[in-house]
Amino acid sequence: MSGPELGLAISVFLACAVEAVEALTIVLAVGVTRSWSSALSGVAAAAVTLAVIVAALGPALTALPIGVLRLVVGGLLLIFGLQWLRKAVLRWAGLKALHDETEAFAAETASARAAGRRSDGFDGYSFTIAFKGVLLEGLEVAFIVLTFGANQHRVGLAAAAAGVAIALVTFVGAAARAPLARVPENAMKYAVGVMLTSFGTFWGAEGAGASWPGGDAALLALIPAVALASAGMVAWLRRLPARTAVGAT
Amino acid sequence: MKSVAVAVWDFIVGDDWVTALGVVAALGVTAVVAATGAAAWWVMPVAVIALLLLSLRRAAR
Repeated sequence: MSGPELGLAISVFLACAVEAVEALTIVLAVGVTRSWSSALSGVAAAAVTLAVIVAALGPALTALPIGVLRLVVGGLLLIFGLQWLRKAVLRWAGLKALHDETEAFAAETASARAAGRRSDGFDGYSFTIAFKGVLLEGLEVAFIVLTFGANQHRVGLAAAAAGVAIALVTFVGAAARAPLARVPENAMKYAVGVMLTSFGTFWGAEGAGASWPGGDAALLALIPAVALASAGMVAWLRRLPARTAVGAT
Repeated sequence: MKSVAVAVWDFIVGDDWVTALGVVAALGVTAVVAATGAAAWWVMPVAVIALLLLSLRRAAR
């Protein structure tokens, strides 16, 4: 496996694991509080929708000429990655609340209880919340799988890394039957932000016609450079006058 | 159709369109520099660090 392929697999795995942990919390909350069968039906429906999106867009993207693909998809990945990295830096600087699965589980459970009585059969609330939760968290994963996979013509590898992450989180979640609050989600989100930003920068520049010194090996300098620069920004923000952290997302 | 476009915009660009515009501009500058035959690889890393810094400064205000 080449360096960029390893980077692809790690980035997709981390991103997918984080999103799967968040989706698991939502599904657990409605499953425990209301209806497991309806919640799991929602999960299945969302999984099918996501698979259709990846199957439809994957081949269309990989059919684009590599220069256009790297420019457009690299640019989109960079815009998307900078969002992740900005939020991660704000979290570590104390300007945005850290994501807490126990808190998220409590909030989802309270909403599920407040949603009124459930019928004995199919529970529309559980289905809808589980469907929406998995679809929204999954769309970020689908975007990362498609952009990373298409750029290296390795959509299969990206999908496999995503599948392993989902299977692992599902297995641990089923065993624990509780939100996976001990997963270092905030650190993982930071790492994903660094990877998305670095790969987006690399591919975007290549797509625009630039040649990196050392070719793909430039990523080995770019990833630590982005990580170091963002860590410096965390230190800078921490020195600013104290402000109240805004909500986690 | 409009709601789909708005959803896609929110999903990819989020609440910081200035950074998105900056990325597009930086890619354009990279293309122009590369077309002259000069080394253009440095434009994007410099732009990305500057855009992140400016975005964080706006968020921290």
